Amino acid sequence: MAATSPPLSSAPGPSGALRPPGGGELGRAFRAYFGSPLNSLVSIACLVLLLWLATAAVDWLLLDALWDGGPQDCKANDGACWPFLLEKLRFNLFGFYPYEQHWRPATAVALMLAMIGLTMWPGSWRPWLLLAWLAALLLMYLLMAGGLLGLVPVPTSQWGGFPLTLMLAVVGFGAAFPLGILLALGRRSALPAVRALAIGYIELIRGVPLISLLFMASVLLPLFLPAGWTIDKVLRAQVAIILFAAAYIAEVVRGGLQAVDRGQLEAAHALGLGYWQSMGLVVLPQALRVSIPPMVTTFIGFFQDTTLVTIVGLFDFLSSIRASLRDPQWQGIAVVEGYLFAAVVFFVFCYGMGRYSRWLEARFRVGHR
Amino acid sequence: MVERGSPGAVGRSGGAGPLRRLLYDARVRGLLWQVALVAAVVWLGWWLAANVAANLERQRIATGFGYLQRPASFGIGESLIPFEPTDSYARVLLVGLLNTVYVSILANLLATGLGLVVGVLRLSPNPLLARLMLWYVEILRNVPLLLQLFFWYSVVLLLPPVRESLQPLPGVFLSNGGLFVPTLHWSKELLACLLAAVAGLVLALPLARRRREAALAAGRPPRSAPSILSLTLLPPLALGLVLRPDLAVDWPVPGTFRISGGAALSPEFTALLVGLSLATSASIAEIVRSGIQAVPKGQWEAAGSLGLHRGQAMRLVVLPQALRIMIPPLTSTYLSTTKNSSLAVAIGYPDLVSVSNTTMNQTGQAIEAIAIFMSIYLALSLATSAFMNWYNARVALVTR
Repeated sequence: MAATSPPLSSAPGPSGALRPPGGGELGRAFRAYFGSPLNSLVSIACLVLLLWLATAAVDWLLLDALWDGGPQDCKANDGACWPFLLEKLRFNLFGFYPYEQHWRPATAVALMLAMIGLTMWPGSWRPWLLLAWLAALLLMYLLMAGGLLGLVPVPTSQWGGFPLTLMLAVVGFGAAFPLGILLALGRRSALPAVRALAIGYIELIRGVPLISLLFMASVLLPLFLPAGWTIDKVLRAQVAIILFAAAYIAEVVRGGLQAVDRGQLEAAHALGLGYWQSMGLVVLPQALRVSIPPMVTTFIGFFQDTTLVTIVGLFDFLSSIRASLRDPQWQGIAVVEGYLFAAVVFFVFCYGMGRYSRWLEARFRVGHR
Repeated sequence: MVERGSPGAVGRSGGAGPLRRLLYDARVRGLLWQVALVAAVVWLGWWLAANVAANLERQRIATGFGYLQRPASFGIGESLIPFEPTDSYARVLLVGLLNTVYVSILANLLATGLGLVVGVLRLSPNPLLARLMLWYVEILRNVPLLLQLFFWYSVVLLLPPVRESLQPLPGVFLSNGGLFVPTLHWSKELLACLLAAVAGLVLALPLARRRREAALAAGRPPRSAPSILSLTLLPPLALGLVLRPDLAVDWPVPGTFRISGGAALSPEFTALLVGLSLATSASIAEIVRSGIQAVPKGQWEAAGSLGLHRGQAMRLVVLPQALRIMIPPLTSTYLSTTKNSSLAVAIGYPDLVSVSNTTMNQTGQAIEAIAIFMSIYLALSLATSAFMNWYNARVALVTR
């Protein structure tokens, strides 16, 4: 219905005849909300609902909320229980990572967020970014694991909370990216065996839920490796996420490849470029550019999907929140607060990424004109 | 992976020997690439299989699907078919599969209805309403589904006990024991009426299409609703007058500790259904919105210049085209909802993954259990996408 919304400028144009008569900005705004009896009714109903939501939220979050006290005070109180969130904040964020070492995961998260921020700036899409990421990941691993430069070693079994969630998503996506590109190229290859293998892999992975791959990685991976090879629990989940993400990235890249005109490939051939040269120098740069906005959307999905590792016993952000909710002292008292906190953190992240994706899309559209 | 027969690659090295020329032939290179890749995949598979065999022998785990016949000896909270702990593991799987299918179908149905409304309202000319719906979609899409499920589960468990059940609608009881809804008493007569309605519908559809085509050929506006409705509703009504089925409603009756009568939905099922439906409805709302927006603006204008008003233009011109655009993304949404229902394992609803998990913990047959549920999901996915591809090809817009 937005298709027939009135034009924004008030200057008479070709569609001038379709414009509602009279009135300036204010008049148009008034008509948008109270143009017809039905519309007025809708507006009033929405306003009442919004007011009700707003007062309920203010009451619960601020007016009726408890700012300090213990579990018993919270139990007796109707509003939000802030002491719980404050007391458990560091545990929620960092899980069972040794308390006095919390500065290390905090620095790692800050570094990762800075790198994500840098990557979101299109000017940084240069080869050096890859090197910067490798260096940053190495540094982050060093910070988290320790054992060098006088840092106390911390085994991965104690890694947890938000750093783990962020790491699973970022490393998973980064490692799956080249694999996904290869799969997408394979799916569009002229060689039947290559095409069949790529299609088989992509459809197999996309046909099963992520949780089944996580089960497979956590239960079956040790069986698939020679005796004596042990593979870390975090790494197992990471492998499952990489294998899963690669299939979805491959489909996004395939969409980008399809959007590149066939003439480009033919032109590259005519210049005497071989397959890898024409793909790497001509087709892929154009295809990847088109697929970046849907790629960000896919990343948002993976960021949310990393919460599934809590089912196979990893201690991610959601698990640490659930652990504080199960604390015998607080059990059943601040459930809504705990989940809302997690939801707000995820929402801020994913919503921000979504806005970024839309901004990028708009930018690309302008660039193409 | 050189394009087969691409001219540039052949004979680049001039006349430097037949072997060299062979190596630079695109077809030979392609063949070599493929042989190498297949060999690598086969070797990887063989290596993994050998490792599995060695590990199983070392750990003395017997393989095979013989365990499916053994009694399961554990209970399942809810099941659509009768189940006893003495039943076999094969029946456990069937119970899990039916639960998965049941919750997926219900959630997809609820989500489609909700998503259609939200998606259309997202495009409302009223900015307030459109903005409200936008936030509904944004919140549900930007919070992980697992978190949403945990949230709804804890909300259901925080509800008052059964004794003080909430009653949102007369006859519907909501408590920390789950949701109780009234049902119809099933009788043979009622079933006969239902069958008559289905038969009428099956009969009415081709008839309606023929009449529609005839009307279009004659230049009259097609009206198929009356004939379909009358053929679907009249036979069961007539049958109902003759058979006089017992139209008793089974109302839930609150007792001191439990509610008897009606249909009981467990807290786990209620949370899963609410969580899945709401999350899916947000995705469907986005599909509906972009489907409607994808219809060219000229269609609205053409409908307007033919004298159709807004509602008619939407119903007769825009929606039929938008629906076709929506089918492929809707398919993948339905499929991912089915896959997402596997998150039931986290809140303890006995779906396919959950019962398989229990099975492998009890029997140690992890490979078999995981292989079975992965193949079932794969089969469900492939069957659904095959059907939807067929349907999509049938209704796809033929453009010139």
